[in-house]
Amino acid sequence: MLNVISGLLSGGAAPAAATSYESIATVTLGSDQTEINFTSIASTWKHLQIRYVAKANVGSNYAQSISMRFNSDTGTNYSRHAIAAYTGGYASTTSFGDASQNIINLFSGASSTNWNASTFGAGIIDILDYQNTNKYKTVRSLAGAESNDASTLVSTLGLSSGLWQSTSAITSITLTSNAAFKQYSSFALYGIKG
Amino acid sequence: MAAGSTYTPIATTTLGSAQATVSFNSFSGYTDIYAVCAPLFGSTSNFQMTFNSDSGSNYSNTILVGNGSTAVSDRQSNQTRIVAGYNGTSSSQKPMYQISLMNYANTSTYKTALIRANNAGSETIAQVGLWRSTSAITSIQFAMQNGDNFQTGSTFTLYGIQAA
Repeated sequence: MLNVISGLLSGGAAPAAATSYESIATVTLGSDQTEINFTSIASTWKHLQIRYVAKANVGSNYAQSISMRFNSDTGTNYSRHAIAAYTGGYASTTSFGDASQNIINLFSGASSTNWNASTFGAGIIDILDYQNTNKYKTVRSLAGAESNDASTLVSTLGLSSGLWQSTSAITSITLTSNAAFKQYSSFALYGIKG
Repeated sequence: MAAGSTYTPIATTTLGSAQATVSFNSFSGYTDIYAVCAPLFGSTSNFQMTFNSDSGSNYSNTILVGNGSTAVSDRQSNQTRIVAGYNGTSSSQKPMYQISLMNYANTSTYKTALIRANNAGSETIAQVGLWRSTSAITSIQFAMQNGDNFQTGSTFTLYGIQAA
């Protein structure tokens, strides 16, 4: 209350009320980096969200997937399904799925080095009920990379779902792509209280 | 890991009368901007947005649409705005747009918008848009593509999300 009164008296806007959406940690790359790790994730929140911009250090006309692994589990305990738009010299809609993978491939939020150096893909990943020890963990992703190229570079928009077949609470997240993430890629982890 | 409260309401505009454009010009100190727009259309059109009053051909987008029978995709390059939507929207339908402007103040990268649009009467949409500028976004303008007015009762809300 005192802060609110102080803000009003000073003529400034009143401080924003605390929300249930909290910033946990951010990694912004000053140089290329192979993987992004968020560790020691507390059980404070109900859901997690990762918001990112990314470019992968691979010479390709295609956008690159962001891959996700939990608690350093390298077993074949992951699966995913996706629907996506590919648009380069054509417009194509596709849907696919993979079972028993050792990583979740989320389609397709990183640009590549064949693209303009300033063009980065972006994505939002929701990790739902991440600390629930009674059920497997589900993620969903909206991601895209837009090239402004109607012939060669294939812009992509993807909606993905993923499953980690584990009842363990998620305490760490590893993100990778088909190559190292380029400088200026940025990944921010948020927690949403229940 | 430290945690800080964010997802801050910045501004809301509810139209008391019909209006051609809605602009937000004052938002700083965040990592991403999230806009929730529920415009009411008086004629068939698409929803569009521009940044920093840039009317050059610096925008493009790729879109995925489910229209009730098929899923289709399309793209537009070198546009003068990001068209958030695909088919026209009639006055009898009530669309909603959720727009994330990712790293909107980063002066090293072009700006990417992730969009989810829903119009239960016709389609559901996911979309990625690009503004080819390394300038920080300091203003956002929403409009109807055909230049008509948004109708009374249209709402536009901006939130700021600040990374740790």
